[in-house]
Amino acid sequence: MDNLPSAEESDHMDQTSPSGRAPVTDWSTDFDHTTAAYAAAAPDIWEQLRDACPVARTERFGGAWLPTRHEDVSRIAKDTKNFTSRSVVVSDWRTDAPAGIGYAPPITSDPPFHTIARSFLLPAFSPAAVQKLRGDTERICDELIDKLLSPADPFIDAASGYAQHIPVRVIAQMLGVPESDGEIFRGFIHRIMEEPGQHHVEPEETMWSYLGGVVTDHREHPRDDLIGYLMSCEINGRPLIDDHVIGTVALLLIAGIDTTWSAIGAALWHLATHPEHQRALRDGTADLPTAVEELLRFYAPVTMARLVAEPVEVGNARMEPEDWVLLSFPAANRDPAAFDRADQVVLDRASNRHLAFGLGIHRCVGSNLARMELTVALERWLDRMPPVSVADPEGVRWSTGQVRGPRALPLRLEIP
Amino acid sequence: MKLTFDRSLCQGHNRCVMVAPSLFTADDDGYAVALVSGEVPIELEGQAILAADNCPEYAITAEP
Repeated sequence: MDNLPSAEESDHMDQTSPSGRAPVTDWSTDFDHTTAAYAAAAPDIWEQLRDACPVARTERFGGAWLPTRHEDVSRIAKDTKNFTSRSVVVSDWRTDAPAGIGYAPPITSDPPFHTIARSFLLPAFSPAAVQKLRGDTERICDELIDKLLSPADPFIDAASGYAQHIPVRVIAQMLGVPESDGEIFRGFIHRIMEEPGQHHVEPEETMWSYLGGVVTDHREHPRDDLIGYLMSCEINGRPLIDDHVIGTVALLLIAGIDTTWSAIGAALWHLATHPEHQRALRDGTADLPTAVEELLRFYAPVTMARLVAEPVEVGNARMEPEDWVLLSFPAANRDPAAFDRADQVVLDRASNRHLAFGLGIHRCVGSNLARMELTVALERWLDRMPPVSVADPEGVRWSTGQVRGPRALPLRLEIP
Repeated sequence: MKLTFDRSLCQGHNRCVMVAPSLFTADDDGYAVALVSGEVPIELEGQAILAADNCPEYAITAEP
């Protein structure tokens, strides 16, 4: 998510690869998480790699590693000395962002700047602050459900008709950007997260340029939203520079939309393919908040990345500076060494130290918001929608890249 | 049962506040604040175990 501005605006574009990726023949020595093959079968690939490697390697992207054990992922997430967050989206180039700060603070920052940049955001995403957005989130979900139910058509797409709109509308409202620009945001996100560096983009079409306009507009017409708040924050008595504000807003938009959309979609896919779980949640024999954590464990959408800062050994891997490391929280969450019945969704799992929101100082700053949105989205869905099943298994498409979730989810409503 | 909470390990996951609302609350930045320290009232032992078992950072322990 940091790379977006650098990817799109730097002069490194000519080094990026075209959209078509060479097929992967050996996942342990040549993995590529941006391919459709990975998107379709990631959990099987992690399992295979965990037994075989357990840290996979690829020469693609200029050299990258993929640890699959909970132990290794946890260790790297907490080690801010040997690993830097300067760039958190793996692509074919290395970022030219300022070291220690990055393009999208605080996710691309290392201590000590990270601590400062994160401190601005924490109060805005605290449990109490997020609770205030619950009513609006319920209204947004209800409006979407009204629309899904109004034509009495039993065939719907739960990704494009429901999941994708919820986080866009909530975060747009929080930030103070127009909800109606949701399509533009999704375009940025697709380019940045699913096919990083694989598109040529004109400078005026970048997210950076769009958000520059938003900041200018806030300066001319000050208002009380998160962007206005960030513009009022200071470091050592000086307001944040525009690049900091824009980078943070880019982060919140990308991280706040793509990820939660994926979590909601994956949860609905799970329910559509597990009628017994749908029933248990509808009739109250399963507790929704507990189930939400288990769905987050099993379908954790986000894989972060780090760059190696100092030579370091992790498992079988001898990592060198400037190597990428994919921090697959989803793979860690399915490690049988860390979770009993790791390969099953256990709706009432009582002990669940999942890593869906990461670990250590970079714990997802929006985790309370994401959890609330996912809970409300499922609550309203279970309350108002009839039972659903997958209408066309071949039509289900999972995203490529570092955020995993269904982008097409054709469901059939079982209307009595 | 004895409850311990190491604030220096807390990263604000908020899991303890959810599963053990009688034992933990969140401060303005979303970090956990323990409402009980040391001996846990017997009726809250279940919450103490849940809080410990769901902390991704291993910041909480609940020992008999």
